[in-house]
Amino acid sequence: MVDLTRPYDVLVIGGGNAALCAAISARRTGATVLVLEAAPKFYRGGNTRHTRNMRCAHDSATDTLTGPYTEEEFWDDLLRVTAGNTDEELARFMIHESKDMLHWIVKQGVRFQPSLGGTLSLGRTNSFFLGGGRAMLNALYMTAEQLGIDVLYDAEVVDLDIRDGMFLSAAIERDGARIPVRASSLVAASGGFEANIEWLKQSWGDVAENFLIRGTPYNRGTVLKLLLDRGVEQIGDPTQCHAVAIDARAPKFDGGIITRLDCVVFGIVVNKHARRFYDEGEDVWPKRYAIWGRLVAGQPDQIAYIVYDATSSELFMPSLYPAIEAPTVRALAGTLGLDPDALEATVRTFNDAVRPGTFDHTILDDCRTEGLDPPKTHWARPIRVAPFYAYPVRPGITFTYLGTRVNRQARMVMSGGTPAANMFAAGEIMAGNVLGRGYAAGMGMTIGSVFGRVAGREAAANAKN
Amino acid sequence: MPRTSALAEADRLMTVCNSCRYCEGLCAVFPAMEMRRSFTDGDLSYFANLCHGCGACYYDCQFSPPHEFNVNVPRNLAQVRADSYQAYAWPRACAGLFARNGLAISVIAAVAVALFILGFVAADDPAALFATAGGPGAFYRLMPHNAMVVLFGGAFLYAILALAMGVRSFWRDIGEPAGTLAEPGSLWQATRDAGSLRYLDGGGVGCMNDEAQTPDRRRLFHHLTFYGFLLCFAATCVATLYHYLLGREAPYPWYDLPVLLGTLGGLGLAVGPAGLLALRQRRDPVLQDETRRGMDVAFLVMLFLTSVSGLLLLVLRAGAAMEILLALHLGIVFSLFITMPYGKFVHGIYRFAALVRYARERRSLSGHG
Repeated sequence: MVDLTRPYDVLVIGGGNAALCAAISARRTGATVLVLEAAPKFYRGGNTRHTRNMRCAHDSATDTLTGPYTEEEFWDDLLRVTAGNTDEELARFMIHESKDMLHWIVKQGVRFQPSLGGTLSLGRTNSFFLGGGRAMLNALYMTAEQLGIDVLYDAEVVDLDIRDGMFLSAAIERDGARIPVRASSLVAASGGFEANIEWLKQSWGDVAENFLIRGTPYNRGTVLKLLLDRGVEQIGDPTQCHAVAIDARAPKFDGGIITRLDCVVFGIVVNKHARRFYDEGEDVWPKRYAIWGRLVAGQPDQIAYIVYDATSSELFMPSLYPAIEAPTVRALAGTLGLDPDALEATVRTFNDAVRPGTFDHTILDDCRTEGLDPPKTHWARPIRVAPFYAYPVRPGITFTYLGTRVNRQARMVMSGGTPAANMFAAGEIMAGNVLGRGYAAGMGMTIGSVFGRVAGREAAANAKN
Repeated sequence: MPRTSALAEADRLMTVCNSCRYCEGLCAVFPAMEMRRSFTDGDLSYFANLCHGCGACYYDCQFSPPHEFNVNVPRNLAQVRADSYQAYAWPRACAGLFARNGLAISVIAAVAVALFILGFVAADDPAALFATAGGPGAFYRLMPHNAMVVLFGGAFLYAILALAMGVRSFWRDIGEPAGTLAEPGSLWQATRDAGSLRYLDGGGVGCMNDEAQTPDRRRLFHHLTFYGFLLCFAATCVATLYHYLLGREAPYPWYDLPVLLGTLGGLGLAVGPAGLLALRQRRDPVLQDETRRGMDVAFLVMLFLTSVSGLLLLVLRAGAAMEILLALHLGIVFSLFITMPYGKFVHGIYRFAALVRYARERRSLSGHG
């Protein structure tokens, strides 16, 4: 049994990769550590549950990585995906620390595998967890238990007592009662607010009601809000979130990876009025992957339909739900509940605008439309071979960018610029420091592991003083 | 095999897994799945027999229960696997033995033992059943060697025929050309994979029984069982050669090759099944097809009784209990042989066949086929 009457050296709020790395790193320096996870045990780990790999710099190939990925190349990639929206000093620090992370995380029981099948393009840069994110979490939790770290599930922190940048205590709710939890240092690693629809509505309006959340319902941002309300400086665009187009039939929460669709380039995308609204052939994955969520969010009722024909039906990875199929475009419209005349007209106009070219979906090919608005600038092929298919899509929210500002010690910075006395942050809650916008595969886990490890170490050192 | 609810569920699960693929490093099932976009019943039966039931994918899965996607691949494939044993059984009339396998095996074993005792009694002076007897040829005074050869050779040949017919049905169902079974490369790869239980380790973490990856000794006990069985089989082969080539009759002295092989094998075949039985009781029920418990237990118990009765016979063969022990041992071995095609024994045959196909598919995929 966990004894909440005794004060801990380090309190870690959250239960994902960043939280566990912080807890383990603090415990390994001798500190007593309590982890408070808001979710029940099965759903522990926030978005880490749904991850698969982490991006770490390395100077040479390994058993599981096909080649070197230098710090400089990592930095270039980060600069590109964030369009400069990053803190260079912090980012370069993280990239440097990521090198050792490949060894450190393995020492905590995490296992890697070579990338296989559909992920070969990341085989050089990203290290894949054997069995995926939940396997990685299981390994970290096992290590945490063996080290004597206390973990409480179903323990959402509902209040924080912070005075002048000094954390005093947290409060959790159990069986209807508020229980105070005291510790010398705090590590906040409790993620963003992507599952908090009310909060999303503050920026997006009622539109957010139609968003699907790709992770668990427990990423509510309660601790983030408390920290910002108690004077921690905020970082990152409060209105922004990472949104991709996912199957509209996905559950409201926790559909994870298997509801994503990557077939936009193979057809056209229409809204509920059966009209096209954006160039489906603009760019290659992953850039297009991350814009379509936002595009669909801008359409009426936040719904759209990817329409393609038999020519393309086996060119992309299968997903959970089968495509909706019909013998004619007209019949397809009927099944989707779209105006048949409008969809036929859209497809006809599109087909007429397609110019001949050599189709190659692995490059920006020369198959395009002419005289069409919006155009389809690559991979444009007429949609005319039955059967016809469609996937309904909605915005799927992965994570939010708003967070707490930190320094190189992962120490939170208060509004006005003073470092907090004993408060640290790691993971998605401070990702905005490094990742002001955009995303590249595996970066979330790098941020979590590196800053988690630093935060735990610093929080433990802080507690001893 | 007919479309069952287990097959329908396997189809659903593989559709979920094929759009995730996080488990592709754990074993052979998921890479085999990734070679396909949709799944025939034959494909699913192939996956089921490729699955070693290590359990890793269940604890690694973000969609396992209580998640609404309710992904439990080990249990489902265990169901499909057991269904497939029944579907491929030859002759068809014997398929029903799989339905209540534990009971069927027990009854057959009891009847076989009883018949051997009765046979000994009928053929001999009843008093001789408990008389002290030893030395070369002692066994054959109870049952002539030729009779033993005809009976056991016949049972063994029958088992091989029935197993071969089962594999034929399996091979047709999964749609694999017969020629694959004659490819030395695929056969050798499958032999190595089966012999090392390569896929009973969750990709390197070992057989899993919970999220915490508590060490599980299933692989060790399975090795003891399997190699113990092989040693016992080798002992029988050597003894047969002794008999016909060298004219030396059993029982042999303790230091002679058949006895050494048999003793060593017998020990493995006693400790292995006992360990597997104990681990089975401790295994997370969520991973298991509980309706097939009888089949698993019956097979392990039969192996255990085979080795224990054999070892007892070795130790007590000079004593008064020799005859009754011989009848017991022969009855158990006989029933083990004739029930081989109708019990858990078939798992090794179908899994090996599935591994042969997987080896072929891997080589075709990498362009060396």
